[in-house]
Amino acid sequence: MLGGDTREKVHESFAQDPHKTLLRFITCGSVDDGKSTLIGRLLYDSKMILEDQLAELEADSKRIGTQGENIDFALLVDGLAAEREQGITIDVAYRFFSTERRKFIVADTPGHEQYTRNMVTGASTADLAVILIDARKGVLIQTRRHAYLAHLIGIRNVVLAVNKMDLIGYDQAKCQAIVVEFTAFANSIGIKDLVVIPMSGLGGDNIARHSDKMPWYTGKTLVEHLDSVAIDVNVDQLQPLRMPVQWVNRPNLDFRGFSGLICAGVVKPGDTIRVLPSGKTSTVSRIVTFDAELSQAVAGQSVTLTFSDEVDCSRGDVIVAADSPPQVADQFESTLVWLSEEPLLPGRPYWLKLATQTVGASVHAPKYQVNVNTLDQLAAKTLELNAIGVANIVTDRPVVFEPYAINRDLGGFILIDKISNATVAAGMINFALRRSQNIHWQAIEVSREGRAALKHQRPSVLWFTGLSGAGKSTIANLVEKKLHRMNRHTFMLDGDNLRHGLNKDLGFTDADRVENIRRVGEVAKLMTDAGIIVITAFISPFRAERQMVRDMMAPGEFIEIFVDTRLSVAEQRDVKGLYKKARAGKLANFTGIDSPYEAPIAAEIRIDTSGMTPEQAATLVVDELLGGS
Amino acid sequence: MALEKITLTHLQRLEAEAIHIMREVVAEADKAVMLYSIGKDSAVMLHLARKAFYPSVPPFPLLHIDTTWKFRAMYEFRDQMARECGMHLIVYQNPEAKRRGINPFEHGSALHTELWKTEGLKQALVQHGFDVAFGGARRDEEKSRAKERVFSFRSASQRWDPKQQRPELWHLFNAKKAKGESIRVFPLSNWTELDIWQYIHAENIPIVSLYLSAPRPTVVRDGLLLMVDDDRFPLHLGEVPTSRSIRFRTLGCYPLTGAFESMAATLPEVIREMLVTRTSERHGRAIDHDQSASMERKKQEGYF
Repeated sequence: MLGGDTREKVHESFAQDPHKTLLRFITCGSVDDGKSTLIGRLLYDSKMILEDQLAELEADSKRIGTQGENIDFALLVDGLAAEREQGITIDVAYRFFSTERRKFIVADTPGHEQYTRNMVTGASTADLAVILIDARKGVLIQTRRHAYLAHLIGIRNVVLAVNKMDLIGYDQAKCQAIVVEFTAFANSIGIKDLVVIPMSGLGGDNIARHSDKMPWYTGKTLVEHLDSVAIDVNVDQLQPLRMPVQWVNRPNLDFRGFSGLICAGVVKPGDTIRVLPSGKTSTVSRIVTFDAELSQAVAGQSVTLTFSDEVDCSRGDVIVAADSPPQVADQFESTLVWLSEEPLLPGRPYWLKLATQTVGASVHAPKYQVNVNTLDQLAAKTLELNAIGVANIVTDRPVVFEPYAINRDLGGFILIDKISNATVAAGMINFALRRSQNIHWQAIEVSREGRAALKHQRPSVLWFTGLSGAGKSTIANLVEKKLHRMNRHTFMLDGDNLRHGLNKDLGFTDADRVENIRRVGEVAKLMTDAGIIVITAFISPFRAERQMVRDMMAPGEFIEIFVDTRLSVAEQRDVKGLYKKARAGKLANFTGIDSPYEAPIAAEIRIDTSGMTPEQAATLVVDELLGGS
Repeated sequence: MALEKITLTHLQRLEAEAIHIMREVVAEADKAVMLYSIGKDSAVMLHLARKAFYPSVPPFPLLHIDTTWKFRAMYEFRDQMARECGMHLIVYQNPEAKRRGINPFEHGSALHTELWKTEGLKQALVQHGFDVAFGGARRDEEKSRAKERVFSFRSASQRWDPKQQRPELWHLFNAKKAKGESIRVFPLSNWTELDIWQYIHAENIPIVSLYLSAPRPTVVRDGLLLMVDDDRFPLHLGEVPTSRSIRFRTLGCYPLTGAFESMAATLPEVIREMLVTRTSERHGRAIDHDQSASMERKKQEGYF
């Protein structure tokens, strides 16, 4: 640790210091889990608390501390006067300490649900999360929420700190029970790298020194773990080059450079690059810095590049590897964290800032909101302070981006209120919807209109939705036969058939169902581009996904057909014997039994199967389709 | 392409972050300025600005809010650095403080700081119409700093409201503001005192000689070891300045800045001493201890 007393130690430390690496982490836990105490302890044990601060701390501890005559470490970190009065941490505070190998920046964030925004803020720059649990209380709703948020924001390394072991007598079995429960939950939400450390912040056990009170724990102390955990800070370097242009450097007519922070990849003089969104290519001639010209620069460095020829490039453009550019789009599905007291107003224009691009944007009504305590997806018309939801966003100009899962800097954005200028939301792009200006698409000279004209038809998607056994496939088949006889070029996309090929890697979890529908949507879109009338028959139980497919298509081309059959009737028919299996518990996630079906609210066509035959239904659909064209 | 991964050191990452912040400001501000206090943090900040915009000269002026009570060595150093970096230097002295002859000896540190620095800064920003001002504050300096944003928003009356701070996610900074409002930007937010010294050493950045130990004339007042920098220092009857080998950890107005005895006359020695020191940096600053939560209060009023 720093500040050792011997001269040699100082020499060693001084020699190593400039070569330290940096680890940023976040601590999360509920108010009473001992988070501030833990951070205070980390600072204290790493000798970051100096004599005058210690004297102040001792005086404060006696005056307003909660630890009697002992030092109340929490007072070290609860910075703002208001917080000291209320005894809670409201805002994100950043702390610093270092060991001989690493410098650490700790984002200390509050635990209450009403401070979700602060936790998300602190997590956005963190490489690792320490989730505290009070060993007496075990896994609480808050614990799950913190784990979920850390995972949502893309933190891969998670430490479960089972704290206050002193208060349960350092009992291994009790600790183990907590670990089992938490691990099951963590696995269910996708957390893979989980390390568990039993500790006592108050006594310093297993923080900077091994505890003699828990001989059964043979793993690393928290500090040892933080010091040695492999942080893939280099992972971004392995991706293709991405550098958002911040500023054009033009000191005189002879020099024109493009300044920015490289957020992925490596760049060298001679590399062929592409400027997005224009798509123009050029070659890097020099990497200019104050010290010297560089032979290469990597993700994480701020540099200035010059090109071999005059290419238009300005703030907001992104310089990328010519042969593997990111996407450009103006419609996205995004996960939003609402940060403002003023709730989301769907349709209202906001500023969207992503990397160095600032564009006008509006948000559709949320597809759903996530209950951060149960992870249930709830219907929502808006998002209020601290709410997390998924919604489509439309921008007024194409944006160069990567999905957040691939690159935080090109996938994370903020929304800014155009009147108050407040930062109202943080967003993470999941994927693009209609890629209106995807410049590296092959330019095709025969247009979709031309192809449709050749067939004398208007391309459409007839989207049949309804319970299993409702009669979707039966009616859809009849519709296709009728259209075929009328010289219409059709194609039937059948759920079961696609699951034998394109979608054979997908199961029936909610996530897989969504992906299943997304792929069907993409295929259907290609077919409408080809001029075809596409007929699909999928249960497609979620409104949000049907909306997603609708959003992919040109206006008016998506025709939603709700085959409305009561569950009892469908189950009675049970053509494939699936309801029986589901009822017997042999088939999980079966729509209508243990997975919900969200009926359409405003389908273009509703077919009440109790009132008409399949033949009548098919005629109704064909009439609607051709009558409307 | 053969890929050999390069692991950036913590100083390289801090440098890249600070440069990124400065470029964001220049791209989005109408009229930026860099507060230059002549101290070590200012020295690092100025150095980073020169790196951020090279080969251009940083596209904003330097602003020194002068109190007329800085060390003489600081004034010399300031003028020399301004010449060297080629940036325009604005020196502002609050005319009211000047007229009333405000000084720390007769008026106390609180009023002295309030009029010369807090008020002086506000006047200078308004007079020149600067909408963004860079400051060299670090989060490790003081408890309330630990929670301040990199882009710290000021109302039209230049007040800081800790409850209305904008969330800062990833590397995204919201620089939008209404007319009359302004932003203080702290590119060194994530640096510690040790980082500053190591960076100064690694980059060979010029600093005021007072940071290095030398024999200097001193007296002890109220527990602070003060340097008698000029003849305005009111010596008590029979008091004779004593020559001591001293240096400073922070530099401000000489009557308010405590020195300490040290033999560290070179940068490596200073860093070594830092690594074993047991007191904090602002310990030698009289103004921080005026009243409890005093930094937080000063900041709300507009102090940097």
